Order: sequence, then C-alpha cells, then structure tokens
Amino acid sequence: MNQQNALYTYLLRLGDSALIQSHRLSEWCSRGPILEEDLALTNIALDNLGRAQALLRYAGEVEGKKRTEDDLAYKRGERQFYNNLITELPTGDFAYTIAKQLFIAAFESLLFTELSKSKDDTLAGIAAKTLKEVKYHLVHARDWCYRLGRGTVISNSKLQHAVDELWMYTGEMFEMDEVDATLLKEGIAADLAPLKPKWMEHVTAILKDADILLPAGEFMQTGSRAGIHTEHLGHILTEMQYLQRAYPEAIW
Amino acid sequence: MFPTATETSFQEKVDQDLNIEPKDHMPENYRLHLIRQISQHAHSEVIGMQPEGNWITRAPSLRAKQILLAKIQDEGGHGLYLYSAAETLGISREEMIEQLHSGKAKYSNIFNYPSLTWADIGAIGWLVDGAAIVNQVSLQRTSYGPYARAMVRICKEESFHQRQGYEIMAKMMKGIPAQREMAQDAMNRWWWPALMMFGPHDSDSPHSGNAFKWKIKRKSNDELRQRFIDKTVPQAELIGLAIPDKDLKWNEAKQGYDHGEINWAEFKQVISGNGPCNKQRMAHHVKYHEEGAWVREAGAAYSKQIQENK
Ligand SMILES: [Fe+2]
Ligand SMILES: [Fe+2]
Repeated sequence: MNQQNALYTYLLRLGDSALIQSHRLSEWCSRGPILEEDLALTNIALDNLGRAQALLRYAGEVEGKKRTEDDLAYKRGERQFYNNLITELPTGDFAYTIAKQLFIAAFESLLFTELSKSKDDTLAGIAAKTLKEVKYHLVHARDWCYRLGRGTVISNSKLQHAVDELWMYTGEMFEMDEVDATLLKEGIAADLAPLKPKWMEHVTAILKDADILLPAGEFMQTGSRAGIHTEHLGHILTEMQYLQRAYPEAIW
Repeated sequence: MFPTATETSFQEKVDQDLNIEPKDHMPENYRLHLIRQISQHAHSEVIGMQPEGNWITRAPSLRAKQILLAKIQDEGGHGLYLYSAAETLGISREEMIEQLHSGKAKYSNIFNYPSLTWADIGAIGWLVDGAAIVNQVSLQRTSYGPYARAMVRICKEESFHQRQGYEIMAKMMKGIPAQREMAQDAMNRWWWPALMMFGPHDSDSPHSGNAFKWKIKRKSNDELRQRFIDKTVPQAELIGLAIPDKDLKWNEAKQGYDHGEINWAEFKQVISGNGPCNKQRMAHHVKYHEEGAWVREAGAAYSKQIQENK
C-alpha cells in the first residue's frame, strides 16, 4: 500500500468518525433534558463537525481528484464510509449518549495527543486543535457519569445498562491494519496498541468512581475498517445526503 | 386618586429614562407584565429551535450544517439569558415551563408554521430573525435593566442570523430552477406570518397602554411592522424574490410601502391553537421535558450528596 492511499484512508476514518458522531449528537437539539445540556451536546456536535470538515478537506487534497469535503461527505455510499461503529449507533437516551461520549472521548484524548506529534504537519495541526476540544468532551462525559452513576437508583441502572450495551463496540477503536502500519513507519499515524491499556485504566477508574461495574464481556464487534457497518449508517446517510442526491447539479 | 410616593419615584425614573433594576420598587402590574413578556420571549427562542432543528441532519453542505447548528445554539442561549432575566422578577424557570405547558404562557405564533424545505431555513433566518431584530432593537432601551441588557447581547447575534438566512436565499435564487422555486415558495409561505409577528394593528392592540407609560414598549406594532417592510422589500427585490402581496406599493408621501390586508382571521386561529404545528411543538417540548426528568433528578441528588459531604 502506498503512503498516499494509506493517508487518504486514514483521514477518511478519522473524518467519518467525527462526522457521524456529530450527526448523532446534533439529534439532541431541542431534545436535551435541560436547556444547558441541549447547548452542551450541540456544542460537542459542532466541534466534531469542524473536525470532520478539516479532515475530509485534507483527505480530498491527499486523494488529488479535486473532491471537496462536501463531495466526500455527501456523495459516498454506505460501503465507502469508515467511521467507528460506535459513532453510528442510535442516539438512545441521555445515559446512552453519555456512555458513548465517555468511551469515545477517552479514546480520542489519547489518540489526538499522539497525532498532535505526527510528522504530517496538517494532521498534527488538526490534532492539536482537536485535543483541546476532546479534553473538554471527556470532562463533560466524566462529570455526567458521576451524576448519573451516583445520582439515583434509576439513573445508575440506566447508565449501567448503556455501558453494558456499548461495551462490545469499544474494541474496534483500537484496531490497526496495513493502513496504520504504512503510516506508522513514516511517523504519521498513532500506534493504538499502547493506548488501549491506558484507555482501559482511565475508563475503569471513572466508572468505578461512578459506581458502575465494568462489563465482563470480551467479545468485540468489528467491520468499519472494511466499510462494513450496522444497519443504522444507511439511514443516517439517507437523511444526511438527501438534498445533494435529489438535486445533484445544485450548489447550496 | 393620588399616586403613592413609591409609585412616583418609579414613574419618575421611567420618565427620566433610567433603568429599573431588580431591587428597585416597581408596581406589581409592571412586574407581571414583564414576566409575561420576557417568559414569552424566552419560550419563543426555545420553541423556535424545533422548526430549524428539523433541518440540521439534512443540511445540504457541511458549512450550511455548521451555520445552522451554531444558529440554533445561539437561540437556546438567548432562551437562557431571557429565563435568567425573568428570574430576577421572582419566578423560577421551572414555573415558567409549567406555565408554557399549561398554556398560560405563550410563545411567538410564527413557530407554529412548519419548515418544509431547505429554503425555509433561509426564510426563517432572513424574515423571522429579521422581524425579531426590528422588535428587539427597540427593546434595547426598554425600562427594565436586565431585559434591556439581554437584548443588547441578543441583537448582535440576531443580525448574523438574518444575514446568514438571506445568504441562503440569495444562493438559491442564483441556483437551478428547482432552487429558485423552493426559495419563492418559502417566501410566499413566510412573508405574511412574519408581518403578523408584530401583533395586531395599533387600533386593536390590547396591552399597549401601560406598556408605553412604563416604557417597556417604545414603538407601536404598526411602526415596527412598517420598519420591517421598508427594510425587507428592497432586499427581496435585489435577489429577484417577489413579495406575495399584490397591493404592496411605494408611498412617496410617507416614504414607505403600503401593504395589503393582513389575514387576521388566520392570526386568531393560530393564536388560539389551530396553527399547523401548535400541537406538535407543545407535544415535543412536553415529551422531552418529561423524558429528561430522571436526568434532572439525578443531577439534583448528586449535588445534594456533594453538599452534604463538604
Ligand atoms: Fe434569538
Ligand atoms: Fe436568531
């Protein structure tokens, strides 16, 4: 695999995860449990959207076929998307969103720490900006884990349920293949293997403080690196891409 | 009857254009009038998130999505400042939400219309925020300090929203025929409801007497509506949008436009609950408020534990 192809795919993986995560978070708009949280979640959605724009724009440049970030977001089909499965799972209730946010933000704060040292300057720049954002996302998720986990019997059981449901989607975030191997040699990508124990330690500590039990299951879902998704992604794209697909010659 | 001393000092302050602050003496009816108006304003910001939120996941470009999401977030922020301003008058946000759900408190009629196509996002920003600005600019000098200050902050953001909405319309009018049709259709549907946002004609406006005396309101409904029309018509013409009013014409003598008759029967229907989306908007707000109850309870229980362990 050549470096250009590897970087293109790598950027799509990062960009798609941010885009789909933003889509799910934006579904909270006008639906939050309290107005302040409505705003906090859409704020995180906006951070993810900005990151998706930057990464997909750069992916288009690397690909060299004059495709814009919008071409990549709106004109690829479901088998050409490479976001982590956890980002596309339905929004669910507030506990589900918070558990998702905890798993993702804990991962991303480690990932973007590494990527901010990337030898690819553009990627390093995006990562440095992202790192500041995801640190806040992690604090937000952690604080809500404490509130829900230790708040009431009901909130504890909802958070526990969400953590149990989502657990089998956490392993995929750390998967590496030849794309990663190609870029690792050049000092461009992040080595995810050493991040996994750190993630586990961090997440375990937060959940313990939140009176939430760590799930015992070891089975992990996989597929997104090869563009194999859950059924949910197709519906997200149907909605997201509708105007671009219905009026392909229009500029908006 | 002679006014009491405190009333005199209140009215004197108002007459001298001094702000009334939360700790100052104020007539009970002034306080109630403000609670009604500010909470209605806050609820409007929040309910308005629904028709616009309807298009976030379908926005046609990443930039358009980003602008829309940020705009709706601003509106939620306006809701927060306004709830806080109303709270200085001795009512809690929870009480205001109860009043919204019971129907005692209202929100702007305009949000009882549906956002059907992407062009509606342009029309809402341009016309609805545009009409809101005209009203809010005059409220920057309203007599109650916290309300006036909230308006100053809000107006800055509203003018961005108005420009961004206009940009959507302008882009669509430069686009393919289907886009131009969509833009004109949105114009046709939103123009009259936007004019109705200013409320009944001055001749049959029920609440204005004290509102003027207390300088809560400084311009009449018709004055504000006229200002909006005069500002907006040239903007529509510039991008080739027709105003859906066959009686609209320039009046040289008054240096403003004359407009056709507003359909007040429709206005009354929508106000009394029969607009296309009244039930939907309220059901949505009630549903998510109720679904969030366990989260708010968890937050409160947790804060209590933290307090007790200090
Ligand atoms: Fe607003
Ligand atoms: Fe606005």
